[in-house]
Amino acid sequence: MQTTLLQTDPNFHEPGRRFFRDFSPGDDFYEALIDAHNGLSDEQSEALNARLILLLANHIGDLRVLREALAAAKSAAA
Amino acid sequence: MGAYVNPIYPYKAPTDLKATPSLRKPLIVIGAGPVGLAAAVDARLQGLDVLVLDDDKTVSVGSRAVCYAKRSLEILDRLGIAEPACQLGVSWNIGRTFLEQDEVYQFNLVPDAGHKRPGMINLQQYHIEEMLIARALELGADIRWQHKVTAVKRHDDGHDDHATLTVETPDGAFDIEADWLVVADGARSPIRRHLGLDIEGRVFQDRFLIADVIMKADYPAERWFWFDPPFHPNQSVLLHKQSNNVWRIDFQLGWDADPEEEKKPEKVIPRLQAMLGDDRPFELEWVSIYTFQCRRMTDFRHGRVLFVGDAAHQVSPFGARGANSGFQDVDDLMWKLALVMKGQASDKLLDTYALDRQFAADENIMNSTRSTDFITPKSRTSKTFRNQVLALARHYPFARKLVNSGRLSMPSFLTSSLLNTPDADAFEGNMVPGAPMDDAPVQVAGQDAWLLDQVGNRFACLLFADAVPSAEVLAQLNALQAPRESAPPRANVPPVPVTPLIVAPRAFEVPGVKVLVDTQGWVAKRYDGQDGTTYLLRPDQHVAARWRQLDSAKVQQALVLATCQADALL
Repeated sequence: MQTTLLQTDPNFHEPGRRFFRDFSPGDDFYEALIDAHNGLSDEQSEALNARLILLLANHIGDLRVLREALAAAKSAAA
Repeated sequence: MGAYVNPIYPYKAPTDLKATPSLRKPLIVIGAGPVGLAAAVDARLQGLDVLVLDDDKTVSVGSRAVCYAKRSLEILDRLGIAEPACQLGVSWNIGRTFLEQDEVYQFNLVPDAGHKRPGMINLQQYHIEEMLIARALELGADIRWQHKVTAVKRHDDGHDDHATLTVETPDGAFDIEADWLVVADGARSPIRRHLGLDIEGRVFQDRFLIADVIMKADYPAERWFWFDPPFHPNQSVLLHKQSNNVWRIDFQLGWDADPEEEKKPEKVIPRLQAMLGDDRPFELEWVSIYTFQCRRMTDFRHGRVLFVGDAAHQVSPFGARGANSGFQDVDDLMWKLALVMKGQASDKLLDTYALDRQFAADENIMNSTRSTDFITPKSRTSKTFRNQVLALARHYPFARKLVNSGRLSMPSFLTSSLLNTPDADAFEGNMVPGAPMDDAPVQVAGQDAWLLDQVGNRFACLLFADAVPSAEVLAQLNALQAPRESAPPRANVPPVPVTPLIVAPRAFEVPGVKVLVDTQGWVAKRYDGQDGTTYLLRPDQHVAARWRQLDSAKVQQALVLATCQADALL
């Protein structure tokens, strides 16, 4: 799916920190994400994911971006 | 059953090693695997006498470590075996990752031109070991087979520090002493256990099957990794090409698999047939079931005893960070050990071996743990995220970057090393103090050459110059070669010489200084080199310090820092 506003290129970064390998910031995030679920039941994980989506959606705020993200997530279903 | 026949190395009775009182050797290496052998070769290049003791009489049985990364090849260039290794090995840069049948992600280990060595070669461990043995012997290392070290006693009370080793041979046991001991006896490290030293980390509950298969196949020389392929559903599979028509295939089996059962040819062959998907004839060379741990020793240094390679740290195999990090341990350790043994640096320099390689081991463990967690998710949620990353990766570049089928071995940037002189001037690019040097093509005396081949084994001072430098600059550069006069006074400490080098955009001659012509501009680009830019480079091809102008007093200060010489005065 083509997106116009939604950023779909690699975009993980941390101001002030230097990454020598391009995969490192994304891997940092992914590890933090999986770690956040450690020790949770499936229901607790589902609820955590919901809260996380809501927090991030509010942070993004721009409804056009959020609509694109929703459409992209739906159409990428395997 | 395979094509490779292990050589048998001759046993030599230890008549010359047995003595009363015990003989004292300056340096003993325990273990003649790739890492111990590399340490022996490096010791000889540094002019150290070295005795290697190994309990076996041959090289590795089975291919074991097969992926040698670009940085390892650069180290092996310095040790003198990269050329035959690259000729026999299979060079590759491209890795493809598949989900079921579809390719979802591709990486290229060397996206830039201008490197002597490829991103990776695949070569069976036994070939690498044979080459290292030949090289070590050629350089005069003393390797003793069927010499099993059964006990080590440390004497670290501050006078006449050394270690006493008890060695068992077919002719009985004897004691021998070493001023310095390098322990390279592998993941199970009997010496580490014998000394009661901790190694802690995480055990992964999964089993994998390695099959080395001899077959004629025209698959490209690439790393292929499958998540959930049709021929091995719900698990992962990895394919690597090795030399002499040997292929490495690695099947994830899950924790419940029975290792003895899965090793049987009648179990292995149908798996391979399902994968290869045709009647292609093949022969099994070696089969092994493995589990793994990610862990490291708390401290790689215990007085006069230094741990390297798997004995000190272990990672999952995803990322080829085992043997590769072992070579980097040796690369970091041996020049430091040589300076300390020759009295040119305080023995605190060896503490920086431990600190810097522990840092690197943590990075390797982190990366290989992340890969393992992606490849074998530990919870339903983790598996959902993994599968949806793969689903998004079909469409979106950001998700491709998150696909983690192994982050292949790259050297650490030792940015927090105590040996670094922090930048005072502004620079672009990655060649920060503590960085492993980037290679680049150059010309030397009209011949094509490579930057990394011009440095190593000794400190070097690299000056970028657009034209023949002034007499005053040249005098400063040359003074570094024999730094007695400009160096701070150090009673009885022999100076550490620094080899001067000039990088220039065009050829010119400077008496007594090698000029590297940066014909394609790669050196200037990668090092942000401008007229006057000066780098102090370590014997292990890492950046120690850099400036925009050459000031030999500053170079001397940086050298003192990079060799812990200041401590020798205390």
